[in-house]
Amino acid sequence: MKTPTSGYQRPASLTDAAMHYCAGCGHSSVHKLLAEVLDELEIRERTVGVAPVGCAVFAYFYFKCDISEAAHGRAAAVATGIKRALPDRIVFSYQGDGDLAAIGLTETVHAANRGEPITVIFINNTVYGMTGGQMAPTTLAGQITATSPTGRNPATMGCPIRMCELLNTLEQPYYIERVALDGHGGMVATKKALLTAFQTQVSGKGYSFVEVLSPCPTHFRCSPQDSLKFVGQKMAAQFPVRIFRKEGVPVHA
Amino acid sequence: MKKPEAAFFSRVLMMGNEAAAEGAIRAGCQCYFGYPITPQNELTAYMAKHMPERGRVFIQAESEVAAISMVFGASVAGARAMTSSSSPGISLKQEGISYMAGCQLPAVIINVQRGGPGLGSIDPSQGDYFQATKGGGHGDYHIIVLAPASAQEMHDMTMQAFILADQYRIPVMILADGRVGQMMEPVRLYEDSPPPAPPKPWALTGAKGRPPQYIRSLFMEERALEKHNYELQACYRQITATEIKAEETETGDCEWLIAAWGTCARISKGVVQKARAQGIKAGLVRPITLWPFPHERLARLARRSQVKALLVVEMNCGQMLEDVRLAVNGAAPVRFSGYPGGRVPTETDVLNALIELTKTNHHGKVEQPAV
Amino acid sequence: MKKHFRVAIDRERCKGCELCIPVCPLHLLAMSTTMNRKGYHVSETVRAAECLGCIKCARMCPEAAIEILNVP
Repeated sequence: MKTPTSGYQRPASLTDAAMHYCAGCGHSSVHKLLAEVLDELEIRERTVGVAPVGCAVFAYFYFKCDISEAAHGRAAAVATGIKRALPDRIVFSYQGDGDLAAIGLTETVHAANRGEPITVIFINNTVYGMTGGQMAPTTLAGQITATSPTGRNPATMGCPIRMCELLNTLEQPYYIERVALDGHGGMVATKKALLTAFQTQVSGKGYSFVEVLSPCPTHFRCSPQDSLKFVGQKMAAQFPVRIFRKEGVPVHA
Repeated sequence: MKKPEAAFFSRVLMMGNEAAAEGAIRAGCQCYFGYPITPQNELTAYMAKHMPERGRVFIQAESEVAAISMVFGASVAGARAMTSSSSPGISLKQEGISYMAGCQLPAVIINVQRGGPGLGSIDPSQGDYFQATKGGGHGDYHIIVLAPASAQEMHDMTMQAFILADQYRIPVMILADGRVGQMMEPVRLYEDSPPPAPPKPWALTGAKGRPPQYIRSLFMEERALEKHNYELQACYRQITATEIKAEETETGDCEWLIAAWGTCARISKGVVQKARAQGIKAGLVRPITLWPFPHERLARLARRSQVKALLVVEMNCGQMLEDVRLAVNGAAPVRFSGYPGGRVPTETDVLNALIELTKTNHHGKVEQPAV
Repeated sequence: MKKHFRVAIDRERCKGCELCIPVCPLHLLAMSTTMNRKGYHVSETVRAAECLGCIKCARMCPEAAIEILNVP
């Protein structure tokens, strides 16, 4: 982490392209933090990322590292293919909740279960953002979305899936943490979690997973500032913010 | 299609599925991702044993969808990568195949066909011709499709598939069937070093010493997708101009032309000899590349004045039949002898169909409906 | 020796999300009444010389539109 007295420069691993995300979107924040991590670990030139289908589908325009597309939900399998072919490269997937926890749940769980030494970054904002704010597997009970217009009814629509908890039942993952982009503290914590995840891979330790509770002001239908409150209060109540797996060992709450 | 500089030495008894696997290994396949399904399981099991022995990648994936996505990833990284499956599993792989076609990624996919639709059967079938040759997934694309008829060809064509895939940056499918896959035959193994892969400057290996790059099939910029699709079509035209392959048997003076592929072509070869022993001037044309399809060859043969009719033989309800009709374009009647139930026809079945055909009056060369 | 900092806001990257404004302990940021080329009201500094260089605003900015530069 840079010391406050050294100022702050835009991360070198970000391209000059203006990101297409809405004002206050968590994707922009995590992109920035991820770029900072690539800079600090000096791994940009040996990193290959996998972009999802969803709001972050254009991630390859924003990072100065190699990035591949993946079919919706398949990022963990694509990352597996890349990492197995090039074991000395740093491989990450960057996925939203629909991509990772709905259509790609199988690929997500099995990559973790094999302990693929990749880094999976999971942006949980409780909605399908790109397609217009539909219900996601992580949508909160009662939350109104385009496809749960009267609120998510657990009786017929299920309850929000807690991915960290689910993956933590597996034996192979090395590092699992959930953080919340709920303000300045959340930005610092998210950066730290990403740094730990990539350090895990750099040191050849195994599978790392970071879930970021992330604001989507557009589909939360509130201001960016109020979105942070939704993340910190409503979301964090459903999705406990903590480390679940550290150095391959489950961490109890 | 360039043949690798072949030096064949060992001759071993092998199952078609294993011969294909060994072909992949000898072609320098670095990564294999599979999922169990009959009747191709021997291929996956062979790779499970022999890929790790050579320090190469083998993963039994969690699904066919995941397996093809891993192939996608390995190909993105520049590796020679392959997967294999059978019909229902190939349906699942179509997502990844479409993405690889869109991203111009080389890969080899082996389909050891079984009966369908749905779960169908585990018996041999040629029911996936449409799926393989007409673009099984979404979008405006083609893949190269090769149809082996023996264990030897499973070996050779799998090797060729890697060469073609790399050369044109395109997925290549081996469209075999349960009979070819499960049959044991003597196979001459390719003994040379793997055919070299061309440079892959497009591969994602980390942006060291070069600008970062990406691989995508999404083109939202104005007219970018149109341009991309025209590029793909240009590649397909080049393949069509260069790589069409078909085999002819006794076509010089033939009056009754059988058109068949894969297992049915092999059976029909015997039928030609049996028919000629009875005084029926039969011949066989066997498309080896199903895409690109030998339309012109078929048209030329059908237009010969002595050709009275064609008989298309397939283990389905008439799929290549449509390509043959397009090619022949009314120049001769085209009849069909089909076996869609997982039953492999005998030479007698096909010979009887041919004899039946010869009894029909074809002087007007009028197109006949499919049987 | 006291360090001096300059807050450099890239107006064209700013989307006016206002997340930087409440995190500044000295309240040195405010929304401008002017818009950038994309039509966003942007964040701007007031009393910029007082910046302590805590970089909270820069950390908070999703667009990496804020840089805090050391002024020698």
